[in-house]
Amino acid sequence: MPAAADRGPALRLEGVRRAFRAGGRVVTALDGIDAVAARGDVIGLIGPDGAGKTTLMRLIAGLLRLDAGRIEVLGIEVARDPLAVQARLGYMPQRFGLYEDLSVGENLDLYADLQDVPRASRPDRYAQLLTMTGLGPFRSRIAGQLSGGMKQKLGLACTLIRPPEVLLLDEPTVGVDPVSRRELWQIIGHLTRDNGTTVLFSTAYLDEAERCDTVLLIHEGRLLGHGSPGAFTAEMAGRSYFATAAIGRRLLQARLAAAPGVIDAVIQAGHVRVVAESTAPLDAATLVAGAPDLRLAPTAPRFEDAFVARLRPASAGRRAAAQAASPAPTSASPPAPAGGAVIEVTHLTRRFGAFTAVKDVNFAVAGGEIFGLLGANGAGKSTTFRMLCGLLPPSSGGLRVAGFDLRTAAAPARGRIGYMAQKFSLYADLSVRHNLRFFSSVYGLAGAAQRRRIEWAVAEFELASMLDATARDLPLGFKQRLALACALMHEPRILFLDEPTSGVDPLARREFWRRINGLAAAGVTVLVTTHFMEEAEYCDRLAIMAQGEILVEGTPDAIKRAAVRADRPDPTMEDAFIAVVEAATAAAAAGAAA
Amino acid sequence: MKPAPSRVLALMRKEFLQIGRDPSALAIAFVMPMILLLLFGYGVSLDARNVRLAIVVERPDALTAEFTAEFDHSAYFRARRFLDIQQAERAMATDKVDGIIWLRADFTRRFDAGAGAPIGVIINGVDANTARIVEGYVQQVWAGWLAARAHAAGRGPQPSLAVTAEVRFNRSVSSRNFLIPGLIAMIMTLTGALLTALVIAREWERGTMEALMVTRVRIREILLAKLVPYFVLGMGGMAMSVALAVYLFGVPLRGGIAVLAATSALFMLAALGMGLLISGVARNQFVAGQIAIIATFLPAFLLSGFVFDIESMPAVVRLITHVVAARYFVAILQSLFLAGDIWPVILPNAAALALMAAIFLGLARATARKRLD
Repeated sequence: MPAAADRGPALRLEGVRRAFRAGGRVVTALDGIDAVAARGDVIGLIGPDGAGKTTLMRLIAGLLRLDAGRIEVLGIEVARDPLAVQARLGYMPQRFGLYEDLSVGENLDLYADLQDVPRASRPDRYAQLLTMTGLGPFRSRIAGQLSGGMKQKLGLACTLIRPPEVLLLDEPTVGVDPVSRRELWQIIGHLTRDNGTTVLFSTAYLDEAERCDTVLLIHEGRLLGHGSPGAFTAEMAGRSYFATAAIGRRLLQARLAAAPGVIDAVIQAGHVRVVAESTAPLDAATLVAGAPDLRLAPTAPRFEDAFVARLRPASAGRRAAAQAASPAPTSASPPAPAGGAVIEVTHLTRRFGAFTAVKDVNFAVAGGEIFGLLGANGAGKSTTFRMLCGLLPPSSGGLRVAGFDLRTAAAPARGRIGYMAQKFSLYADLSVRHNLRFFSSVYGLAGAAQRRRIEWAVAEFELASMLDATARDLPLGFKQRLALACALMHEPRILFLDEPTSGVDPLARREFWRRINGLAAAGVTVLVTTHFMEEAEYCDRLAIMAQGEILVEGTPDAIKRAAVRADRPDPTMEDAFIAVVEAATAAAAAGAAA
Repeated sequence: MKPAPSRVLALMRKEFLQIGRDPSALAIAFVMPMILLLLFGYGVSLDARNVRLAIVVERPDALTAEFTAEFDHSAYFRARRFLDIQQAERAMATDKVDGIIWLRADFTRRFDAGAGAPIGVIINGVDANTARIVEGYVQQVWAGWLAARAHAAGRGPQPSLAVTAEVRFNRSVSSRNFLIPGLIAMIMTLTGALLTALVIAREWERGTMEALMVTRVRIREILLAKLVPYFVLGMGGMAMSVALAVYLFGVPLRGGIAVLAATSALFMLAALGMGLLISGVARNQFVAGQIAIIATFLPAFLLSGFVFDIESMPAVVRLITHVVAARYFVAILQSLFLAGDIWPVILPNAAALALMAAIFLGLARATARKRLD
């Protein structure tokens, strides 16, 4: 291999800087990134959406020019000889770079030709790749008809067709189900172990950091940390606890989050996970009021604790303000009587031509409950959502929201629903003030009532500092707050949230969930979709969806308990998800065989 | 390094596979030209037919009856009689007739006296084009009637009045024969530019371009592999359009097929070059489509002499027409279809096309970068 002959690390970044011009503004995507990565490592490029991960990937691949700094790949400066770097590099962009009109085999042939793979060596290489990715039986299938996970693996196979020395994977696990995610990590382990490939892997999932050898933690274009995931978590040693108390974990979490000396409190595995400011032990007896039975059990730190700890100082001011507003943002109307089902879905089915997007789905959500729909892209979550909002008529089945049948009384039902779409769906050219005014008018508010509601929203969502800023220019967390404020203008009793937290950093995510918890406490029924496994734990109950069907429904604890095995006494939500999907696949296979 | 044939071939094969699987490229190359041809061939005509004519005869007699009967028998007119000029003018004001033929009370007397009989012709000038055509027709009817009368009277043709009109090149005086060759140039402009601009924008949208750029492929290989398949497709569309023109619409093709093929190839290269150039700026299909229509189709439509005569444009606009490739192709096509291989027309226009093709392709190559910014 030529790699052995030349010197230099797999990757060297020195003062990497890149800005983009968007409209009249200059946005700095990356600012002063310095890092060195050893050959054969798996390097995790980790940060929320918009952190600059894709820009860095493209710079390394020679697809973008640097404004300042220097990038070396395998000792070659990218700016000087991009072709030489590209010849030794494999790059899988987001959405995998596949030709969806071509079959699996044709995609492989194309990339083999483009990468000058000799014809003689192709049959062996194809066999190897198809076995590794499990795509062997699908060789003549059109790529566009593969599932998300299979596309991801085909994209990877095309990138690996000529074994690269450095492999760049840009968010390969976004929108892919946990089973495929796990398989991808197995393939990566294989590559680094057997071929000595260096892998740069970008992701917004913090839990994937722990699988990497080195982690580059980036946030808003800056490098927050660089080191082994162990080093990140080691500095958090002795600062993480699981807290339990009789007052209920959601209330406990709200109080703990506001407690002095605590920098993070989230619901996890049936407890509240607490991260302390320092290694000084927390005093359970005095930490929070109204919970004399509070118990704190030390636990091992995880990567996310370190990320939050690093982000906190920068946003301490915001946090103080946020907690002053705690515990709960309330809506003026009294809580709905608990117990009665506010959302009732029976045998809901939606077909698009021959394709069944949602198949015989049943669930009921009680007032004040937070109900989660968990699943990969294409599982049918968004279709279900659109039907619940009355935006899409069902093919068959019953839908009742707030006592109204959506098939006959969609309009009155909609008046009780607040909807926050997956994408930012406010008017980007309007200011925060005008968006609030517009959406409140749309919901029929006028005069003093409208003024009061807007004042409420500005105070509640801390929008005062940005009132005259154009919505487009807001930071992502702000946008999300504004979107939620607009969805709440008419004081809906039911809130639909479609992937509300994708792309926002962990701090903004926590703040968002604090508000959602407050709304639920005030009696608002919340239906939320997510593909973040840990967010599923914040729900009262959840349903796991795959291929249009609900595979399992229950409380997070019950779903995880069902996945307990001898070798897995304390399964995570992801373990449980995989177990459920695998059981369904096995049942389907058995059914087909019978 | 020279382009590697294996990589170019692989990309071309991919392109043809995609064309086969995604009918949108075939639709642009074949269905769109067919629809445009049928629409223009059957629907749009610059000929005045069934012109609604008001005839006012103030003192009817045998002579006026004989003269006005000419209009009744003409295929171009649908004549209606009105009793007085006021009624006829009202009909024109309400758009019930397009023109008025007005024979005053002294028509027969002055005609017989040989003093030159005045005919009032009033034409609705809102549509100037139709107005001129109607005017011409009326004069032809008048002249024809005079000649026929003189002949019948045995006086022989009167040289002073005889109008000898001979129509050359488009003997049936059908505007279709003139429009369709120009239309083919429009269609080929749109197909060539739209096809390449859209398929490259599609690769940007789907993220495949980004994946291609990190492989060993060179940018000129990507361009070459886009050029060849869509050249073939565009020429296929061209052949189909010519066949439709000749066999369906009966437009004569008087020039040589080889000359037609060679000049079409030059034009297609220029159009594809424009498409490649557009694809360098437009990274999504919507923008690519908009630019292709505004930057190539509209100028070709307005400034190529296809409908609007270049010679009657203001000098500045006439100058601008020189950078519209379609202008040269329209001239070549009209000459090939209606006149034949008229080399003094074909050679300079073909040279201009070759130059434009070289400029557009050269620019496309020079501006293409194996980078995203």
